[in-house]
Amino acid sequence: MSDMREILDDIDRWRSAGKKVAVARVINIEGSGPRDPGAAMAVNEDGEVAGSVSGGCVEGAVVSEALGIIHDGGPGKMVSFGYSDDEAFAVGLTCGGIIRLYIERLDW
Amino acid sequence: MSLYEQFRAHVRAQTPVALATIVEGPGVGAKLMVTRIDGDEVVSGSLGHPDLDRVVARDTAGELEAGRTGVRHYGPEGQATPEDLVDTPTVVVFIESFSPPPQMWVFGAVDFTAALGRVAKVLGYRVTVCDAREIFATKRRFPMADEVMVTWPTPMFESRGHTLGPRDAVCILTHDPKFDVPAVQGALATNVGYIGVMGSRKTHTKRLERLAEVGVSSPEQLSRLMSPIGLDLGGRTPEETAIAICAEIIARRTGHTASSLKTTSGSIHS
Repeated sequence: MSDMREILDDIDRWRSAGKKVAVARVINIEGSGPRDPGAAMAVNEDGEVAGSVSGGCVEGAVVSEALGIIHDGGPGKMVSFGYSDDEAFAVGLTCGGIIRLYIERLDW
Repeated sequence: MSLYEQFRAHVRAQTPVALATIVEGPGVGAKLMVTRIDGDEVVSGSLGHPDLDRVVARDTAGELEAGRTGVRHYGPEGQATPEDLVDTPTVVVFIESFSPPPQMWVFGAVDFTAALGRVAKVLGYRVTVCDAREIFATKRRFPMADEVMVTWPTPMFESRGHTLGPRDAVCILTHDPKFDVPAVQGALATNVGYIGVMGSRKTHTKRLERLAEVGVSSPEQLSRLMSPIGLDLGGRTPEETAIAICAEIIARRTGHTASSLKTTSGSIHS
């Protein structure tokens, strides 16, 4: 599992190049999910990615959210992805679960 | 040094460290870090209220000890019981534990060892290869190993057996009774979670006789030995054998059946 530890080298490389970085972590999963809490993914201001938080189902949406947080400069926030009947076109997990993530700028 | 830089330094030094972050409620983003240095807990950062810090630091230390990651709910002043949480905003705290990687000790510097070491590294183990024969136990033959020890099993377990725990594995691939009997004895004296011993069924039977001669014969002891080692995948190459061993380690840890999901029912990830 890739948690924060596995993406430290990429984060360091980006930060020493002066790039702003956001980090997303899996907080919990309802139903079936491919990753445990703590799975982490980092995104830099250019949209480069390290690590992953699902089997590739939600990474694209996480990049957009992370870039939003990097550019707005706001506090961290929770985001959820999952399949439900009212949101047939929403981004979801192919395995049918709901994944909740916390995304924040790495400014601590 | 920023909290992140301290965190990074602890991870690099393989010091157990846990982060507690407010992910919802008042104070989103606030962080507290707990590490254990020489047996003492060291707390840095703050979630914004001394009582909240005290309660979360205590819980985070417990989660770190158990190697767990998950969410806990508090009131803004550290209230933790359901009655206390009525009429207060809820602070949702995400606690992440970062314990050092699990260990795999592989006894016997053979071809299977190189393949097993490679697969174990993919799974995140810290791999130690151990063999008494200096010409075989070399870093050049096992570049994937974190450590290659030229020594006998007994001194190895005497000096470091106490560091092995339920998440760790000992794989004995020597086939040589003068090496694998003391290795089994040493492993049984630890709390290691997995002990696998390679060899044919015939070798296994002979080994049981030799173990009985040195006093290892109780059913509790013998039931800890996974011997012959590995799941019955029918593979033949060292790489396939390594997968069969690692798959068995995973199945033993989770308590699952190691059958094809197609033939079983129920939740996959529970």
